[in-house]
Amino acid sequence: MEWNWQVVHDVLPQMLQGLVITIEATFIGALLAYVLGLALAILRMSKSRVISLSIYWTSEFIRRTPLLVQLYFLFYVLPDLGVFLSPLAAGILGLGLHFSTYTSEVFRAGIENVPQGQWEASKSLNYSRYQTMRYVILPQAIPPMIPPLANYLITMFKETPLLSAITVVELFNAANIYSNSHYKYLEPMTLVGVFFLIVSVPSAYFAMWLEKKYQRRSSRMP
Amino acid sequence: MNPIIEFKNVSKSYGELQVLRNLDMHVEAGEKLALIGPSGSGKTTILRILMTLETINSGHVMVEGDYLWHQKVNSELVPASEKHLRKMRENVGMVFQQFNLFPHLTAIANIEQPQILVKGVDKSDATNKAQELLKLVGLEEKQNHYPHQLSGGQQQRVAIARALAMDPKIMLFDEVTSALDPELVEEVLNVLRVLAETSDTTMLTVTHEMNFARDFADRVLFFEKGQIVESGPPEEIFRNPKEERTRNFLKQIIGEIS
Repeated sequence: MEWNWQVVHDVLPQMLQGLVITIEATFIGALLAYVLGLALAILRMSKSRVISLSIYWTSEFIRRTPLLVQLYFLFYVLPDLGVFLSPLAAGILGLGLHFSTYTSEVFRAGIENVPQGQWEASKSLNYSRYQTMRYVILPQAIPPMIPPLANYLITMFKETPLLSAITVVELFNAANIYSNSHYKYLEPMTLVGVFFLIVSVPSAYFAMWLEKKYQRRSSRMP
Repeated sequence: MNPIIEFKNVSKSYGELQVLRNLDMHVEAGEKLALIGPSGSGKTTILRILMTLETINSGHVMVEGDYLWHQKVNSELVPASEKHLRKMRENVGMVFQQFNLFPHLTAIANIEQPQILVKGVDKSDATNKAQELLKLVGLEEKQNHYPHQLSGGQQQRVAIARALAMDPKIMLFDEVTSALDPELVEEVLNVLRVLAETSDTTMLTVTHEMNFARDFADRVLFFEKGQIVESGPPEEIFRNPKEERTRNFLKQIIGEIS
């Protein structure tokens, strides 16, 4: 088994295209996970027990079942119900939905960490529930949430190869397709690893930096 | 004259613990009241009920002649909706023991934001009013400081200015100096003394500072076990209380001070 630079040269263009898809899926998926996660967290705090419990159990269900099965469901089962999604759309939706159940816990903890006195002060000034959330609670809750949310972004990035199961040609699948047709695995798979490392190592350090930065800031608050 | 606040046969418990027992109380518009009594006697609960932070279990509370925790629907009395509560909250402002300033906003923004969001005041008018009030509490120099850059006494004065900016008819002060270092207590109490002198707002203060209660109040209410034991002008309550229980409480608290 010898390293062949010609293989690298041949596979690289497809892999770079795959990398673009991977990054696209990660970022749009994460955006979805953040927006949905915040919505889930707020609904979970609803005064209505029906809403709060049904959100709780739906989240539990999504979190406790494998992402791979959910992706299959979105891509292969939904068409039977008349809903057709492109592979990438199904992949992004799956990633976003799955990870929203994790980010919602981050949002919930962040919101619950804002002292009760802030809610009472808002009420005493006659803020509406929306104004309380928008102008008092979230501005205090979000900064400490940024490091864990950034970590979920990195986790989602690493989970994207699962999208190959529903025919998305992302970084891993681009390499895999080449490998399967040329019987060359060493170079493409090594490259996959290298690409993931190149992106996730600096991101992890960036996340750690964020963590330090926001820890300092939050400890300054009384 | 109609009372601005009326408690009619109000009871309130937290689980097993009953904090208000069939309480009747009325406050005339413009009165300055000091609520004194041992901890757990229900003083703070009265303020929290008026600010709609706590519900009541039975009885009625009237503010400005309207039910606070109830509303009339087709001449039937039902629990108040959020809409009714928001309307009733316009009458009342509160200053808390822990200040509860918004830590992400500067002193002046703490006072501007509620005016803009809740009363729909223009930004420039809100700024003017905030500056005026910061001057009143002696903090015009500190307007761009964040709460964590201010001492406890300064934070509490900003909190007082913030509550005043909403022009409430009733102001509630809940042990506003209890969380302060001793040397910072007077600067806050002096602001309240000036307010009591100059403003015709109805004010209720829960306090353990008896000297302050004497200066501040037109009337002192002594509470014990969720009921009013004695009520009267400060000279009367502090010089010759009628009730044994009031005497005991005052003896004890003055003993603690000296």
